[in-house]
Amino acid sequence: MGNTLFDKVWDAHVVKKIKNGPDVLFIDRHLVHEVTSPVAFLGLKNRGIPVLYAGRTFATADHNTPTLNQHLPVSDPLSANQLKALEKNAAEHGIPYWGLGHEKNGIVHVIGPENGITLPGATIVCGDSHTSTHGAFGAIAFGIGTSEVEMVLSSQCIMQPKPKSMRININGKLNFGVTPKDVALYIISQLTTSGATGYFVEYAGEVFRNMSMEGRMTVCNLSIEMGARGGMIAPDTTTFEYIKGREFAPKGADWDKAMAYWETLHSEDNAEFDKELSFDAANIEPMITYGTNPGMGFGISNSIPKAGEGTSANTYKKSLAYMDFNEGEAMLGKVIDFVFLGSCTNGRIEDFRAFASIVKGRKKAENVTAWLVPGSHKVEEAIKEEGILEILHESGFKLREPGCSACLAMNDDKVPAGKYAVSTSNRNFEGRQGPGARTLLASPLVAAAAAVTGVVTDPRELMELQEA
Amino acid sequence: MAYDKFNILTSTAVPLPIENVDTDQIIPARFLKATERKGFGDNLFRDWRYNPDNTPKSQFVLNNPIYGGKILVGGKNFGSGSSREHAAWAVYDYGFRCVVSSFFADIFRNNCLNVGVLPVQIGPDFLEKVFRAIEADPKTEFKVDLAEQTFTILSTGEFETFGINEYKKENMMNGFDDIDYLLNIKEDIKTFAERRPF
Repeated sequence: MGNTLFDKVWDAHVVKKIKNGPDVLFIDRHLVHEVTSPVAFLGLKNRGIPVLYAGRTFATADHNTPTLNQHLPVSDPLSANQLKALEKNAAEHGIPYWGLGHEKNGIVHVIGPENGITLPGATIVCGDSHTSTHGAFGAIAFGIGTSEVEMVLSSQCIMQPKPKSMRININGKLNFGVTPKDVALYIISQLTTSGATGYFVEYAGEVFRNMSMEGRMTVCNLSIEMGARGGMIAPDTTTFEYIKGREFAPKGADWDKAMAYWETLHSEDNAEFDKELSFDAANIEPMITYGTNPGMGFGISNSIPKAGEGTSANTYKKSLAYMDFNEGEAMLGKVIDFVFLGSCTNGRIEDFRAFASIVKGRKKAENVTAWLVPGSHKVEEAIKEEGILEILHESGFKLREPGCSACLAMNDDKVPAGKYAVSTSNRNFEGRQGPGARTLLASPLVAAAAAVTGVVTDPRELMELQEA
Repeated sequence: MAYDKFNILTSTAVPLPIENVDTDQIIPARFLKATERKGFGDNLFRDWRYNPDNTPKSQFVLNNPIYGGKILVGGKNFGSGSSREHAAWAVYDYGFRCVVSSFFADIFRNNCLNVGVLPVQIGPDFLEKVFRAIEADPKTEFKVDLAEQTFTILSTGEFETFGINEYKKENMMNGFDDIDYLLNIKEDIKTFAERRPF
């Protein structure tokens, strides 16, 4: 039986196997942000031990940061304190730190890839569940807890049993108006939020082969939302072209050596997976969620399913009560209050291009507050360079500064109680975007359509028909 | 971080028969701003437990004095969502030493094991039985025996065994953590690191 892509990368990182226990797994890259690291650094201090390989760790500020006036001191004292703690910890241990104002600052899962830190065949961890994003490059990447952050800082290893493997194949061509976000929300709606728990997923087939790196990152980012530890896609020409020339990527002879290895990173034809699923691209339409977990979503032209169709009775009832929706109601035409474009799921340049393609020549709806937040300063620069900023301004939108923003209500960008937000972020849990906030997860195209109409709208109605 | 050794726990339990309890409910993001590991128990289930004016919601189980104990019993897919270990800290800090469910999210399960909270996974039918037993009598006691890997309803003697990785079991029974282990094999790790291509 041949190895899977996952086997190849995992097995190459096992320092030690413990009988009836976990593997000791070596970590190539450790990404750190201000929220899940302070207690880990405190742990090192209490034990009196140093960071083993400071050069394998990269730190940024993102969860807590404001998205306006970043040149001013951070006004929330607790946020300011946490940011200060990371800055101090990084300096003390010789870890590169890209804090507010730094040209490389941005969301941890956006800056890793765009600086060439994320590489095929690497193991990458971070105290954040959406670390699964980096799997788009053929890396094993997953979120860890703070105790594990401390393990990586002190030993560059974590201890984990090897997960089971799942392959999700999608073949065929995506329909007009269907984006990678819709593909991911579709898969989660089919599997439920626990359908891939215990598994590491490989995405395979024509749809992913044809997808850009940004799109692959969006899909892998949402792997955690079906319970998977992570998702990965075999690296190919698209991957290599994206990486080449980026600051921390291998250069010269190192590049050739790396390429020779990276080209071996794919599942063998006779590889067996613990579970294998296949879907047809033709069945996917632009998606939207109606409930309080990312699995409660459907094609935008459908209506809220009847009780008992897929979701258990208590989750269904509680979700609908929280969202103030009714069984069987259509989503199209629902009045919304906020639109959020951004987050580690959809804060990349391709997402802004998609948003701009819809709002161009139209005006922001008056009832909508729109927060457009690039994932990093590099994304912000590209938005300006490509003329997207002008399009946004002409349509009545403003651009904010990079950060996690309204994805998780940890900074100043919170959706007020009872308000509806169409969000390109990753979670619609109760209170995720602010206490009492109601989130409808969707793609940048759906978000843009809602931003200019003020109601849930099928973006295909606003898109120029073109040959797929 | 060292924690109490876990061997046998006999206690009443707090029922939370809700599925997909995500870590944003266990502890909302706005309470993750501390730089030390303390005080998280006060914000456990913050938005289900308190009104916006900080008065307790009387209908939430943690505010109901007839329920108590060191065991929290949750619905299927407990702990889904964020990797925030703060969720496990909050559970521990509030006073729970064991969470029972028919299914746990992966990272949450790991985090619990790393901070001294024992995740006990039992079958869905037995979980129903546990909820019914608490409903019938909130004083029902349960016994968690880590060495034997059993979870027992004491009044009836009915029990189920639960799985746990041998290594993690040793750690929990002795109050060790993974860092102790990793620091002991540091030379092996350094030798391994030299072979990595990047």
